[in-house]
Amino acid sequence: MFAYGFMRNAFLASTFIAITCGTVGVYVVARNFSFLAHTLSEIGFAGAAFAVWLGIGPLWGMLLFTLLGSISVGELSLHSEQKESSISAISALFTGLGVLFLAISGANSNYATNILFGSIIGVDHQGVIQLIVLSVIVLLMIFSIQRPLNFDSFDHIGALAHGVKTGAISVIFLITLAMSVSIGAQIVGSLLVFILLTLPPATANYLGKTIPSMIAWSVFFALIGVWLGLYLGYITNLPVTFFIAVIEVAIYLVTYFTHIIKHKL
Amino acid sequence: MSDILEVTNLAMRFDKNTIFNNLNFKLEKGSLTALLGPNGTGKTTLINILMGMLTPSAGEFKFADDVRLGYVPQFRNIDAEYPLSIEAFVGLNAPIIKSSTVKKAIKKQLEETNLYQIKNTRMGEASGGQKQRAYLAQALLDNPNMIILDEATASLDPMAKDELMKLIKHLNAKHKITVLFVTHDVSLAHKYMQNYLYLNHGQIEHGEMSQFKEAYE
Ligand SMILES: Nc1ncnc2c1ncn2[C@@H]1O[C@H](COP(=O)(O)OP(=O)(O)OP(=O)(O)O)[C@@H](O)[C@H]1O
Ligand SMILES: [Mg+2]
Repeated sequence: MFAYGFMRNAFLASTFIAITCGTVGVYVVARNFSFLAHTLSEIGFAGAAFAVWLGIGPLWGMLLFTLLGSISVGELSLHSEQKESSISAISALFTGLGVLFLAISGANSNYATNILFGSIIGVDHQGVIQLIVLSVIVLLMIFSIQRPLNFDSFDHIGALAHGVKTGAISVIFLITLAMSVSIGAQIVGSLLVFILLTLPPATANYLGKTIPSMIAWSVFFALIGVWLGLYLGYITNLPVTFFIAVIEVAIYLVTYFTHIIKHKL
Repeated sequence: MSDILEVTNLAMRFDKNTIFNNLNFKLEKGSLTALLGPNGTGKTTLINILMGMLTPSAGEFKFADDVRLGYVPQFRNIDAEYPLSIEAFVGLNAPIIKSSTVKKAIKKQLEETNLYQIKNTRMGEASGGQKQRAYLAQALLDNPNMIILDEATASLDPMAKDELMKLIKHLNAKHKITVLFVTHDVSLAHKYMQNYLYLNHGQIEHGEMSQFKEAYE
């Protein structure tokens, strides 16, 4: 199957996306941001629809919206008493806007399906380069703040007590999260990108006891999901996103029940 | 002996609610002091001011120039599912790629706090006493010469309390670490502390622990 250029592109792009989402996801789970990642996916959908309406690449619309969204939602969730309901309100608003932009841009329903459910097979060579560059930027950002980010994510109160600048760390992390949502959505679609950002790291939580080992497990499960998903999609002609979702859920459930059984016996 | 902390006319108000007024006291280098007082009298507020996390409404405080502060806060959010091992938790206060110096420092603190045998236990599965010692070990990684502990014994059983207090006494005796220990457990303070600060009704009182008689009211 590697004889086809589009499959090579797909594998290359999804490898980088899995590494990025697997890494960032460890912090998403540690910081209890799963719900936020989900909301950002919906904001990303609106951004992509906005880009279609403007006639630019969906990735750029997504980046714009998720960056704005992550900062404002992040602020809200830090300061608002009614965190969940304010996030729900924002996500409802953005999903509505996404539907509106798609309708007035006159894009066909095929386009909407691609945005919502992903279209990895449709990524061209230039698209791959963009995704790789963005992935590397995200990983470098994470790496450059790793010490305070680790402390703040895994022991917020301890970090405060040590004078870590947790506010600045939170903003930088939200930027990397927005970028991860945007690039992850290119393969699994905006509807399901939170899968790559939450399930592999949630599984890794049961297996790793140090941050590097958790990141390694998380990236490993993300890679298994996208590689196997692409392969199964290729041979069955069913949607890749479907396979990725099923694989990640299965891995999570097996690990979860193994954990439960081990601790009950 | 010289002072490590001097507090002058310190006052704190939240809106119109005055927590304390005109606090004046000094702590000596190497002293072992209990900060006593009933719930809600402002002990944590005072510590937060000393740690620079709150700005006082009036007054000032000054630490000695060579002070290196370690701080163990009153509450932590470590739930039963918390994944990191005790060793990884203590090492959060260090870069992720650890030099041999850092690894040695972590090992030393794990041994000091009697956690080395169980360093691979997950924090979420550690007992209350083990967790408190891990918090302490994390704070000790900076090699402080003064350490502030806020209600470190509050949820511990008597055995775990004694173990932690002996450890704190040991740090004070062996490494000359100045200790400010916040608690409302008077008998524990009698057993392990030299001096007291008693904060109640917005006032503070300072003296030797053996002289402390005040009942809470
Ligand atoms: N940020 C804040 N805004 C308004 N009031 C506050 C704030 N922080 C603390 N208080 C009030 O200040 C008072 C002192 O609180 P503090 O936590 O310092 O007490 P404490 O002596 O540490 O009590 P405990 O023994 O329960 O730990 C309380 O009445 C509390 O409600
Ligand atoms: Mg308190």
